[in-house]
Amino acid sequence: MDVKDIIKPENKVYSKTSVLTDNVMHYCPGCSHGTVHKLIAEVIDEMGIQDKTIGISPVGCSVFAYNYLDIDWQQAAHGRAPALATATARLFPDKYVFTYQGDGDLASIGTAEIMHACNRGENIVVIFINNAIYGMTGGQMAPTTLMGMKTATSPYGRCEELHGKPLKITELISQLEGTCYVTRQSVQSAAAARKTKRAIRKAFENCSQKKGTSFVEVVSACNSGWKLSPVKANEWMVENMFPNYPLGDLKDR
Amino acid sequence: MALRGAIVVDTEKCKGCSVCLVNCPTNTIALAKEVNSKGYNYAYMANPESCTGCSNCATVCPDTCITVYRVKV
Repeated sequence: MDVKDIIKPENKVYSKTSVLTDNVMHYCPGCSHGTVHKLIAEVIDEMGIQDKTIGISPVGCSVFAYNYLDIDWQQAAHGRAPALATATARLFPDKYVFTYQGDGDLASIGTAEIMHACNRGENIVVIFINNAIYGMTGGQMAPTTLMGMKTATSPYGRCEELHGKPLKITELISQLEGTCYVTRQSVQSAAAARKTKRAIRKAFENCSQKKGTSFVEVVSACNSGWKLSPVKANEWMVENMFPNYPLGDLKDR
Repeated sequence: MALRGAIVVDTEKCKGCSVCLVNCPTNTIALAKEVNSKGYNYAYMANPESCTGCSNCATVCPDTCITVYRVKV
């Protein structure tokens, strides 16, 4: 059978969802942000909640998320996405509100906001992209940076005396009463991406059942910040990030 | 019954990150020698007869530039 005979509309099994816009993403080649954007868009499309979803974009590389997902967006001050999401979810209780935050935004400058929003059990979904680095500003050390990891501001590697140990924010959040679902996933392979999609779907379903805060961490690669090729960065992530940030559900009730 | 597949890559959107290449179980995809207008060597179907249409490549593609087709033969 010729390829031309296979490429017909009736044989199509996978194509870009209409929730994603046609804009070319500004992310670096191989960036995990693009994959996670796509998974969120697919979940929104499958659940048919495009006109009922409000996203809160952070400060960081994903500040431009509103260019790529065709839903309503707000853009919060650095780290304050959970505060804005709280207001949005309380004003529009029938909407699906989610924040999309990186580790610099959520685990550093926005620690107070995320802790209290999760503790109050606000009815929101939090997508947390953990790549252990400040990507947008040029690869500085983040609270989640691994021990010994070289960054722009820790050129000799992160050391315990000077910088302390990596902050396991997801483990902290799983202990809070307000959260109903806390999980850690990744998107480096097709299997992992499909699992992450299921986790995101579950989080949005929890939102419709008003169960509290759902928190989905996605361990991601920042190949530019890590100074590796996209494929090598994914391999490095599997080798080094996963032992420190083990995948799986931390809480599900 | 065998599955035959095919992919169509949006070559202008592709950034040549190679994540699809390593996720392809049948080594169907390779990077082209040619580049797109941004200078990226885009992905293309190098071995069309080995594609099974599993959509692994499209699932991991960060720029969602792959469309997958599949038929039973």
